[in-house]
Amino acid sequence: CARAPMYDFQEELVIRPLHSGDIYASFQFRTVWDADFMGDQKVSHYRLFPKSLGQVITKFSVRELHISFTQGYWRTMQWGQPYLPSPPGAELWVWFQDTVTDVDGTWKELTNVLSGIFCASLNFIDSTNTVQPSASFKPLGIGNVTDHSFLRYATLPREIVCTENLTPWKKLLPCGSKAGLSVLLKSEKLFHSTFHSQAVHVRPVCQDPQCRTTSMELRQTLNVVFDLHTSGQGKREWSLFKMFSRTLTEACPLASSSKVYVDVTDNPQVRPFELSPATPLLTQAVVLGDRRTYSVYDLTQQASFGSSRSLNMLLRWKAADGEMLRPLLHSERYVAGYGLQAGEIHTLIYNHHPYRAFPVLLLSAVPWYLRLYIHTLTVSSKGKDNRPSYIHYQPSKDRERPHLLEMLLQLPPNSVTEVTVEFERALLKWTEYTPDPNHGFYVGSSVISALVPSVVAMDTNSTLDRPLFSSFFPCKEEASYFMRVYTEPLLVNLPTPDFSMPYNVICLTCTVVAVGYGSLYNLLTRTFQVDEPSPGLAKRIANVIRRFRGVPLL
Amino acid sequence: MVGVPLWWRTTETYRAWLPVNQINELAELQVCLCYRSMAHWTRYVHPVLGYQAGCHLRILNEILARDHSGDDTLSVLHVEADLSLHTLSASPCGSVVVYVIPETSVLLPQGVDVYIGHRRTAVLRMGAPMSVGKNHKQLLAHLEPRITQVVQVMSFSHTDITAALSDRVRLSPGSKESLADSMRSFKSSPGYEITFSLLNPDPKSHRLDWDIEGAVHSYIQPLLTKLAPLANFSIDSQILYYAMLGVNPRFDSSLEAYTLNADSLAHVINPVEARLGSNAASSNPVLNFLLYVPDAHHSPLYIHDHQKQPVASNAFHSPRWGGIMVYNVNDLYGRGETPLPVNININMEKVMGVFLAQLRLMLGVQSSPAPPGFLVEPCGGAGLADWELDRLMWSRTVENVATATTTITSLAQLLDQIGNIVINDNIASQVSSTVTSLQLAVAELEAGNLGFALQYSKEAILASERAFFDPSLLHLLYFPDDQKFAIYIPLFLPMCVPILLSLIKIASEARQRRKLKQSKKD
Repeated sequence: CARAPMYDFQEELVIRPLHSGDIYASFQFRTVWDADFMGDQKVSHYRLFPKSLGQVITKFSVRELHISFTQGYWRTMQWGQPYLPSPPGAELWVWFQDTVTDVDGTWKELTNVLSGIFCASLNFIDSTNTVQPSASFKPLGIGNVTDHSFLRYATLPREIVCTENLTPWKKLLPCGSKAGLSVLLKSEKLFHSTFHSQAVHVRPVCQDPQCRTTSMELRQTLNVVFDLHTSGQGKREWSLFKMFSRTLTEACPLASSSKVYVDVTDNPQVRPFELSPATPLLTQAVVLGDRRTYSVYDLTQQASFGSSRSLNMLLRWKAADGEMLRPLLHSERYVAGYGLQAGEIHTLIYNHHPYRAFPVLLLSAVPWYLRLYIHTLTVSSKGKDNRPSYIHYQPSKDRERPHLLEMLLQLPPNSVTEVTVEFERALLKWTEYTPDPNHGFYVGSSVISALVPSVVAMDTNSTLDRPLFSSFFPCKEEASYFMRVYTEPLLVNLPTPDFSMPYNVICLTCTVVAVGYGSLYNLLTRTFQVDEPSPGLAKRIANVIRRFRGVPLL
Repeated sequence: MVGVPLWWRTTETYRAWLPVNQINELAELQVCLCYRSMAHWTRYVHPVLGYQAGCHLRILNEILARDHSGDDTLSVLHVEADLSLHTLSASPCGSVVVYVIPETSVLLPQGVDVYIGHRRTAVLRMGAPMSVGKNHKQLLAHLEPRITQVVQVMSFSHTDITAALSDRVRLSPGSKESLADSMRSFKSSPGYEITFSLLNPDPKSHRLDWDIEGAVHSYIQPLLTKLAPLANFSIDSQILYYAMLGVNPRFDSSLEAYTLNADSLAHVINPVEARLGSNAASSNPVLNFLLYVPDAHHSPLYIHDHQKQPVASNAFHSPRWGGIMVYNVNDLYGRGETPLPVNININMEKVMGVFLAQLRLMLGVQSSPAPPGFLVEPCGGAGLADWELDRLMWSRTVENVATATTTITSLAQLLDQIGNIVINDNIASQVSSTVTSLQLAVAELEAGNLGFALQYSKEAILASERAFFDPSLLHLLYFPDDQKFAIYIPLFLPMCVPILLSLIKIASEARQRRKLKQSKKD
């Protein structure tokens, strides 16, 4: 039976006022297509799903694809957790189908093609910055794949994200930038921000509850943080127009749902800000382990737009707000040491939970030119040695592959865990230096993946609004949540030669050779004659006397 | 003495041996195209002729012997003959079989001298009534120009080959029309991507759906299956929303319709093309077929030609790019009472008819007008007759050979001119395999084996392109001479000083000696 493939498109914008006074806007566009990309049949007729991406997925037998481009660093301690974390620069990780025989070759081709699609320097991904994580990156879609030889992960921390990456990203949307939430995506505003991150996630999902067939899901996300001072002129007053220089007038006609959420969790009690126009729709959700309340504007309803036929939400603060809930997990990383030979990478992982210990997976991929001394690896928390329960280490090969270090750590409650490893800087060949070598070399962010105990489960007051019999054992699905934290990328100075040195050396040796040659030439070509030394004064006088006497001269 | 060879050895660039002579020979290549044609005679024609094909005769007789009751059966006689003649002897690719029937035969309708069927056969009516006494040679001489004419229609003519070579070889300028014809079709390539795009300028006004899978399967696929020996085709489709035309159509109040003039059509494609997206997964040329459905406020939309007359198909094509068709659905809108958006299902038969015709044009299946007296069977379900395929294969083979030859000769020239280029072994092997495949292709062409010739010519093209675009050629290309000077000057300049000084000394000594001699003479 030939059933026409079903399509579904949803769009969504979440606005979260941050405690620093900045504002966080997160767009998500989700296209689901009930087509089986993993079957034998070739998929070639596209409707809502973008053709360019679909062709890539089909050609390279991709099971899952996650790509993100980020400009700026997410400040966890000031802003809390992002909905979708991403490291600065570009990140790409792909699960291939198990029918792929030459994974490395396919990966190389795929990165080249993606670099064309997204106008990014993904073609710089090669074997020297690609790793195969063994535990940190599990498939997010369905399918219980454990063979990590089909996984490739790479980051480009140097990548700059700008308009040329946004335009192709917008082209993948069915409504382009013509209707719906995507009219807000104007690059002049989006890139005038402290943090900008755009991502594309493709994964297979279940089509029905029994999961007999699969669909392909494409999620396009865009996260942006507008700064209080540069974008908001120091006033704690935000509106859609102020953020994006546009207002909303309609939903994308192709979308089955089109909603704007505003996080008003702190509002009912403290009322630090006022939201206008007010909406009667409120929804509650447990997001990142915390129960949040959101005001919802449904763009498919004409009522949301009011009489002015456009929606321009306004958030006005009345009072400075209270304390922000401290994120339970965050991390820092830095390079220590002096001189240009040796150094140390320090990674600090903070567990702010007052009484629960939890395990985290730490992954760091370090380029080959920082030679890690793995025997110096120390992990300590609260002054005591903390032995990782699992270590996966793949040593680097010069100019071939990077170091990969993955370990499973138990973080004691309310503690700082410090991971230290020493390294030595290698000397590069002169063509391997970047055009600005004195800027330093980037080392991509470390990734911390964890199941963090939820704040909701921590809340002892939850008995208030729930029956007693339901709350003795902590509720399973709310007990912990999955989270990924990216550390700062590192900037390491390598010993940089004076690049005119080869020429100086050439000049110097040539001069020495020339001098040697000159003297040799002189020796060979000059004729040597015995020169009669002029007789001394005594001799001359003696000869004069001898001439007088008629005796033969001397 | 030790230094010089050492220096020479370490600074030379690696250059593998290339078959330069053979490449140069290729540059002056002259291909002789041969076709196998066979003429079968029936006994009606001439008893003198030695060659008699009894079977053929019998079949023709059988067909003629059947009941000729109605006129309609008579009119399909030649079609039947074509089929049965084909089943009798499956002729190989590239050959033409001409059956000559007597002047009085009723096999062909009145006024038709030549009938060309779906296969590689033609039926030729003997021209002037022949008297029995004439001999074999005279008969052949009589038929020769007409057979040549048949063959020119069915396999290739001078203009076809000229058109195939027009990109590479400057020929005497033909008529403007033929030049336009030759530039319309895509260049020969090992594969093509065919993309059908449905443009929906306003999803708020109508929601479009098309059964593209079924349409491709029933209309396009048979043609592509037929063309499979020529190239690989891949088909895909997409729907683009909010895709606008580049020009604003003008409202014509007399027609109560919007019109697009032929002059403005050139501006239609550019803004749309930005949305089409290229195929990231292959580098084959893309044939675009766009179906534009104007929204409720801008319909109906008609395309007008240079004479301000509406174009019947409401479609146009752009050479070597693809085609655009405007599909008006205004009659499907109610008089304002149906709520928007309106669900519209597109009639694929109408659309695919236009696109199929455009596809044939783009692929170079030119149905040049048949000479008078010719009856050419219209293309059937497959969309392509065997002899049309042959025609295409002839010109494509010649084009491939020409392309590969130019590529390889220009590569050889380039390598000859720029001494810095490194020639690796794999490039050398690609070049020699190109040369061998080219030679084979030419040999097969001369022998008339069209299928093999095409195969070899494709291999030659692939190998030559791989050699030409190999990135290893560029490694040392940008190693300018001034850098070499900069490195050698610190060595040679100080070394020159004693040499120059001693030269000056020798010169001055010689002058002094001459002076001494002169003074002695004096």
